[in-house]
Amino acid sequence: MNRILTVPLLIATLGLAACTDPARFGADGTGAGAGSANALNGGIVPGSASDPTSPAYFQQTIGDRVLFAVDQSNLTPEGQITLDGQAQWLLSNPDYQAVIEGHADEQGTREYNVALGARRANAVREYMVSKGVPGSRMRVVSYGKERPIEICSDESCYAKNRRAVTVLAGGLTS
Amino acid sequence: MSIRILTLCLAMIVAVAGQVQAQQGPLRIEITEGVIEPLPFAVPSFQPESAEAGQLANDLARVVAQDLIGTGLFREIPASAFISTVSDFNAEVQYADWKAINAQALVTGAVNVSGSNLTVKFRLYDVFSGAELGDGLQFSGTTDGWRRMAHKVADAVYSRITGESGYFDSRVVYVSETGPKDARKKRLAIMDYDGANVQFLTDSSAIVLAPRFSPSGDRVLYTSYESGFPRIYVLDIGSVQRRVLESADGTMSFAPRFSPSGQTVVFSLTQGGNTDIYTMDINSGQSVRLTNTPSIETAPSFSPDGSKIVFESDRSGTQQLYVMPATGGEATRISFGQGRYGTPVWSPRGDLVAFTKQNAGRFHIGVMRLDGSEERLLTASFLDEGPTWAPNGRVIMFARETQGAGGSSTLYSVDISGRNLRPVPTPEGGSDPSWSPLQK
Repeated sequence: MNRILTVPLLIATLGLAACTDPARFGADGTGAGAGSANALNGGIVPGSASDPTSPAYFQQTIGDRVLFAVDQSNLTPEGQITLDGQAQWLLSNPDYQAVIEGHADEQGTREYNVALGARRANAVREYMVSKGVPGSRMRVVSYGKERPIEICSDESCYAKNRRAVTVLAGGLTS
Repeated sequence: MSIRILTLCLAMIVAVAGQVQAQQGPLRIEITEGVIEPLPFAVPSFQPESAEAGQLANDLARVVAQDLIGTGLFREIPASAFISTVSDFNAEVQYADWKAINAQALVTGAVNVSGSNLTVKFRLYDVFSGAELGDGLQFSGTTDGWRRMAHKVADAVYSRITGESGYFDSRVVYVSETGPKDARKKRLAIMDYDGANVQFLTDSSAIVLAPRFSPSGDRVLYTSYESGFPRIYVLDIGSVQRRVLESADGTMSFAPRFSPSGQTVVFSLTQGGNTDIYTMDINSGQSVRLTNTPSIETAPSFSPDGSKIVFESDRSGTQQLYVMPATGGEATRISFGQGRYGTPVWSPRGDLVAFTKQNAGRFHIGVMRLDGSEERLLTASFLDEGPTWAPNGRVIMFARETQGAGGSSTLYSVDISGRNLRPVPTPEGGSDPSWSPLQK
C-alpha cells in the first residue's frame, strides 16, 4: 500500500532533484548529495532502505527471502506476497539480475539437501516468471545445508535456514 | 606438496630349514557376530640390520602393533611383560617364553637401511602350535615409504589370522573443516587411513564436498562451488592438477563417483529444479541420462562389477534406496524400514550396501543386503552420515557432526558388526571421507 502512495510523490520530487543534482542518477548512488536530497525529496536517502529503487529497499522493505516447511519446496501464502513484491521490484528496476539461492537445514544428508535447496530456488524462480519477470534475468543455485544463517540445532534456527534468498546483481549502483 | 611415488617389491623368502611346517589351525579369528575376545599378540621391536636402521626398526613395529590393535580384534602384550627378546631374526623362537606371557601370535621383523633404501622382513608365529604361520616376507622400497611397509606387514598378519584381506595400506580423502557452522571453511585433504601423512589438496576459498577416489587410487572426483555453482572436478593426486567436468549453464552437478573401470563418472545433475542421475565418459565428456523423474535422484554408487547402480530417490514420498542397471532402466526399491535412507555405498565385496538412515530425529549408519534384507544399524547420534568402505568391506568410516552452535564434524570408523567405534585423528574437523582401494 505504501509503495503505491509514494511512487507518484517520488516521481515528482525526482523531477525536481534532477535539475539541481544530476549526479544522483549516475553510478554513484550512495547519497553524495544526501543532505540536499533529503531536503528536496521528503527524506528518502538514495541507496538506503527508504529508496524504492535500491537493493537495500528490496532486501529490507520488500524482503529478499522466503521460508519453507521441513522437506517442502512449496511457497506459503506469506512467501507468495513477498515474491509478488520482489517481482514487481525487478520489473520496475530492469537493470538488475538475480541469483536465487536455495538452502536447507542440517537435518538431512548432504546430497539430498543440495537437491532440496535447488527445488526451493526453482520454485521461487518459476513463481517470478509467472509474474512476468523474464527467466533470463534469474539464475538459481543451491547451497544445500552448507550455509546456515542460524546455528542452533532446533526448530527456531532450522526454520530460518530453510530459505530461498534472492540476491541482486548488476544495476547502476553495482 | 608432491606425493611420493613408492616402489615396493615383494620377494618371498623361504622358511629357515628345520622349522616345522606352518599350520593354519588354532591361530584364527573368525569375524562373526558373536562377542570376540581380542587375540593377544606381541610385536617386539624389529631387528636393525644396519647402523641407521635403529629408529625405523622400532617405529615399524609400533605401526604394525597399532594397525592390529585398531581393528579391535587384537590385544598387545607390552614389551614390559616379555621374558625373552628376539635378538636374531633367523634364530629359533623360544616358544615357551611367549606361551608363558600368553602371546598367541608373535610378529618378528628385521630392518635394513642404506641411504634412502629400506628393506623390511617379517615372520609370523603361531606360538601355541610352535610353528610359523605362512612364509616370511621381505619388502623393499625407500625410507619415506616406511609406514606403507609397516601397513603391508600388518595386512599380511591380519589376513593370515582372520582369513580376510587387509585394509591398512590404504588412504582416505576427505573434507577438512574449520570454523563455526555459519562460516565453515572446507578444503580437500588426503591422509593414510590411520591419520598419518595429511596433505591438503585444495585451499578453503570455495566450498568443496564429497571427494571420491578413483578405483586406481590416483584421482579424486569432487564437487566445488569455485565457479559460484556446484560443479564436478577431477583432481590428479600426484600433480594436484584438477579440471572441471563441464555441464551446461543453468545446471548444477554434484555427487560424482567413478565406475569400477575408472572410465565413467556417475553423478547428479539439477536442471529446472529437478535432480536426476547421469553418467559421463570421463575422456569424451559424453553424458547419458539414466533417470528422468520429477523426484530427486542422487547419491549414486556403482556395484563392484560395474553392472548396477544403487542410489537414493524420494519418488515414493521420502528418501529411499533403489537399484537399477548401470545403463539406466527400471529401478527396484530395496529399503523398506521406518525412516529415510540416503547416501548408499556399495561394498567392495559386492554383498552389502552401507547407508545413512534418519528416523525419529536420530541419524544412523547402517548396512543391508542388496535385496534390502538383514538391515543392521551400526551407529546412532545427532548426525552421522556419509559412510565409505574399507577395501576389505569389513570396516566403515563416516562423519559425525555434533549438535548446536559449537558443533563440529569428526571422522569415525566402525566394524560392520557395529563394534569398535573409534574416532579417526585429523588435524581439523573432518567430513565426507572416501577410502581408497588397497595400495599395490
